[in-house]
Amino acid sequence: MSKPTALSIGLQRGRLEIKQFIRQRESVVFTMLFPLILLAIFGSVFSNSIAKGVTFSQYFVAGMIASGMVNTGFQQLAIMIPMERDFGTLKRLRGTPMPASSYFIGKAILVTISMVIQVFLLIAAGVLFFGVHLPKTADKWLLLTALLILGSACSTVLGIAFSNVPKSGRGASAVVSPVVIVLQFFSGVFFVFTQLPHWMQQVAAIFPLKWMTQGARSVFLPDSFATREVAGNWETGRTFAIITAWLVFGLIWAIRSFKWERD
Amino acid sequence: MSTVISVSKLRKSYGETTAVDGLDLAIEQGEIFALLGPNGAGKTTTVEILEGFRDRDSGDVRVLDFDPATKGHAGQRWRDRIGIVLQSTQDAGDLTVFESVSHFARYYENPKDPREVIELVGLTEKSDALGRTLSGGQRRRLDVALGIIGSPELIFLDEPTTGFDPEARRAFWSLIRTLRDEGATILLTTHYLDEAEALADRVAVINRGKIIEVSTPDQLGGRATSLATVSWRDGTELRSEKSANPTALVKTLAEQFGGEVPELNVKRASLEDIYLEMIGGTHE
Repeated sequence: MSKPTALSIGLQRGRLEIKQFIRQRESVVFTMLFPLILLAIFGSVFSNSIAKGVTFSQYFVAGMIASGMVNTGFQQLAIMIPMERDFGTLKRLRGTPMPASSYFIGKAILVTISMVIQVFLLIAAGVLFFGVHLPKTADKWLLLTALLILGSACSTVLGIAFSNVPKSGRGASAVVSPVVIVLQFFSGVFFVFTQLPHWMQQVAAIFPLKWMTQGARSVFLPDSFATREVAGNWETGRTFAIITAWLVFGLIWAIRSFKWERD
Repeated sequence: MSTVISVSKLRKSYGETTAVDGLDLAIEQGEIFALLGPNGAGKTTTVEILEGFRDRDSGDVRVLDFDPATKGHAGQRWRDRIGIVLQSTQDAGDLTVFESVSHFARYYENPKDPREVIELVGLTEKSDALGRTLSGGQRRRLDVALGIIGSPELIFLDEPTTGFDPEARRAFWSLIRTLRDEGATILLTTHYLDEAEALADRVAVINRGKIIEVSTPDQLGGRATSLATVSWRDGTELRSEKSANPTALVKTLAEQFGGEVPELNVKRASLEDIYLEMIGGTHE
């Protein structure tokens, strides 16, 4: 037998991760269906327009797509990895010749697939039930693709890094979920960002979700809406710069803090 | 015969607590070696240092001619040659036995055939069952399957039969002997002295971070030459005597009673008696 490479093992791990994900029905429901339920509720309650030609649903779908990157990356991994640590999965893997990078490649594949499905479901539900308009130009779709790739990568490394924060797998959800929900409120997912208190906007601007949300708006909302943003324009360059900075920070944090065993 | 594990003057402390206090150990190729000791004696720490999970404070450690504390790519190559069966794990509940075993096979350069390994641990009928549907004993056999799939030269077994029924234990022991007969060296830690006695070629007793004695199970603590206890009933009184020549004593008793000696019992120290004496425990 030829020597297996980190990449080939990583691809196998990705397959395995997805297989396990699909077999855990609760996790499928929690990560995939819950955002759709939120969309149904918010889309039905707030049926008004927030600007000429922009419904709240249009605004909300952009926010939920940004949240999708956080849910499938950060939230999913920061809850799942502590459980694997408690179950002994990580220690067992550490005792094999599997390269550490293969484990992370597997996780990245899981995040990518679940993120793509999530975004697709949100867009489909938005278009079918809430009259959401799709972007019409190729450069908007390109921008969305770039945003999803960078945003998901950022969310993934932060999820891996944050997996060391919960003290146990059992308590992970209670530690991670509030962080995500508060950030969603602060970042203009559930409400129009410019209508939030100034201090809340300031706090949100430190974290990447605000920028992912704003980036998604620049794809799904008409360019005329840009003047209604805090800066008066989409700030695309700054958006990508800040998400990249968090990606680098998350990478360093994850590498320095990752543990294969509970202490 | 070559030495597979050699340890000298190994030390490891956690803050103020000394877990391993100058431990020496040598394990030869092809033997089943049992490490016995009470909880907190330093057993787990020692084994985890040998497995490369924990760093030591000082001392020399060679496992398959390699320092397990080495990081990076060389460590990975070394892990290709060892198999670790940890204490109770409950991961991979959503994968079938075959999926888990055949996936782990991909980590190694020279894996065994997954179906053969599943057959060897007696899980063929459970090949397509999900991990979470297995009983405790089946789960443990899956752990072993994952530990041996890479054709390891050295296998670490940590309390392998905890929670087994007697029949499952015997089946498991014969599996371990099969692995040894195939040429693997096995380091076993266990709480069960009958397990050590049945399986191990040599045992070491560890207490307070040091090895107290290394011997074969039947020689440990001078067991083979220890005095036998002969007990019998004399009227209403239950009497017992320690003797180096129990046969002669029984003969004398037989003559004295003119035939059957009431409630006669001749007992040599069990491994458990010897072990408890060594670690300073009391026999209840």
